[in-house]
Amino acid sequence: MDIHEYQAKEILAEYGIKLAEGGLAHTVEEAVQRSREIDGNVWVVKAQIHSGARGKAGGVKVCRTHEEIEVAAESLLGKKLVTHQTGPAGKLCSRLYIEAGTEIAREVYLAFMIDRSHERIVMVGSAQGGMDIETLAATNPDAIKKIHIEPAVGLQDFQARTMAFALGLEDVLLNHAVKTIRGCYRAMRDLDANILEINPLVVTRNNELIALDAKMSFDENALFRRHRISELRDNSQIDSREIAAAEAGLSYVGLDGDIGCMINGAGLAMATMDMIKLAGGEPANFLDVGGGASAERTEKAFRLVLADNNVKAMLVNIFAGINRCDWIAEGVVQAVRNIGMTVPLVVRLSGTNVEEGRRIIADSGLPIITAETLADAAEKVVHARNQAAV
Amino acid sequence: MAILINEQTRIIVQGFTGRIGTFHAQEMIDYGSNVVGGVTPGKGGQKHLGLPVFNTVREAVEQAGAEASIVFVPPAFAADSIMEAADAGIKYCVSITDGIPTQDMMTVKNFLRLFPEEDRMMLTGPNCSGTISPGRAMLGIMPGHIYSRGVVGVVGRSGTLGYEAADQMRRLNIGISTSVGIGGDPIIGSSHRNVLQKLEEDPETKVTLMIGEIGGPMEVEAGLFAKENMSKPLVAYIAGLTAPPGRRMGHAGAIISSAGESAAEKVERLKELGVTICPTPSLMGETVAKVLAGL
Repeated sequence: MDIHEYQAKEILAEYGIKLAEGGLAHTVEEAVQRSREIDGNVWVVKAQIHSGARGKAGGVKVCRTHEEIEVAAESLLGKKLVTHQTGPAGKLCSRLYIEAGTEIAREVYLAFMIDRSHERIVMVGSAQGGMDIETLAATNPDAIKKIHIEPAVGLQDFQARTMAFALGLEDVLLNHAVKTIRGCYRAMRDLDANILEINPLVVTRNNELIALDAKMSFDENALFRRHRISELRDNSQIDSREIAAAEAGLSYVGLDGDIGCMINGAGLAMATMDMIKLAGGEPANFLDVGGGASAERTEKAFRLVLADNNVKAMLVNIFAGINRCDWIAEGVVQAVRNIGMTVPLVVRLSGTNVEEGRRIIADSGLPIITAETLADAAEKVVHARNQAAV
Repeated sequence: MAILINEQTRIIVQGFTGRIGTFHAQEMIDYGSNVVGGVTPGKGGQKHLGLPVFNTVREAVEQAGAEASIVFVPPAFAADSIMEAADAGIKYCVSITDGIPTQDMMTVKNFLRLFPEEDRMMLTGPNCSGTISPGRAMLGIMPGHIYSRGVVGVVGRSGTLGYEAADQMRRLNIGISTSVGIGGDPIIGSSHRNVLQKLEEDPETKVTLMIGEIGGPMEVEAGLFAKENMSKPLVAYIAGLTAPPGRRMGHAGAIISSAGESAAEKVERLKELGVTICPTPSLMGETVAKVLAGL
């Protein structure tokens, strides 16, 4: 689960990380008010959306007067911002963070993430801050320092010092750097974060170390024990279909194609989507209906898939283990009847009670196209889509 | 032979008396697995499904000779149950539970590493469908009837995609020695590589099939291992050609978050390493059949 920059900064402040003075605004008036409360004569207006690369997309504006703040706030609030991470639809900006301008002497990169191969938290740093770390890893991997942290022992000071030296944070900054690094690690551990990234961490002209940007992402599986974090969820930043899916206990990812999918199991869902693509179609979504799918859940899944107006044909592919094909078939028949479905539907059932499931579909009298194998199902749905699109 | 479990393996169920534990314990018993009891703390001394319930895994090991366990404990408590199994001397543990926090799994893996390698419990999962040695024993939640016994060893992250592969093979009269689900989470007990190593050592297994997906470096690591250490052919399919970067595709671990983690990149690397790639997911059975025919 992602959170906003200002939320991450509030958390980091509690862990002793130094920040520029700043405040949150929901309106233009609030934005101006915040800038009046903050000392100095340069301010930065930052669009709060769940995405990096906001600066390049025009989401970060440096202002020298309160009038400029007004103009900047008006140009951002209520607008959709498109970055290379948001996709073409962009993300709605309804909050601004107004921050005191910082005189930057140097920018460095600091992040903590889960290293899946090492099964540990890894601390990643580079003296070349402000750059996208993926780009840096590709162009200049030697400029990146990685230190793995033993979970039972935790981060040690010598490791924090090693990183500080790698970042070129020496002399008066060393102790401050160690405190910052330790604070980040504690936040990561205490709050079940998956990613904590400060890019850039800056050395100011006054020789202070400040987190100029902050990104945190949290383990969805741990939210049950992190109530405060789960309250930071901002549904305006998430595809509304994905929110509806999560509420129904379904796993859904919206895509750009026109063949709707309902499948059980994440792996089979990905494989079925691959099969659709190989058959010449494009999937409209990923949808894992999960184990033990009841008729109600099946209907909800259908409604979700069909809520996407691009969908011109739909494929149901179920390999029943815990599920039973007859239950799924009943759910499908009920969903088609209740919804009054208008696009062609291909159903492929396999596994437990398959014969009964197929009989229920056949006896329903509904115009459901049935398929025997995965390949057969993909070909039939692509064919049905092509017919429907004519 | 087969790997990890056979008809003799003495199995216990952790979370035995719960609804899900009860259902799948019965399914495993019906399949012929040698289930010798289960663990539910506080219900020790009772009988459930005609079998003894123990308070602790250690009691199950000492009194019922338990060797393998399957964990149906809810996500918040599952890591604790896995560590209890390891501490009690269980040799092989399957964790079915979906939704265990990543940092809990870091703790589990760290705990397992405290044991010398020869005494260390093997863990598969979490978030998997379990392990089956067809015709011998099932330690999982799969539909046992779609698997037939044979010489192909299977390892995969996904449950239902593994069923799909088993079904395709059965239609071509190809059987399986053991099929192991390793799970879809970012941090899991055993990797593709760990299971391939066991399958390489198993005299009954002639060909291996790896079913991978987007996210993480595990499939390529397995390919490297196969190239350097395996005499048996490796066939692979990688799911997720259509998955966009940065989006989680159902499994917590199925996300392209850095270079090399997409399906296309993994397939390219595996081809370079001499792995036979299934061109489509509907050709897993046929690709294995061709490799078998070439032996």
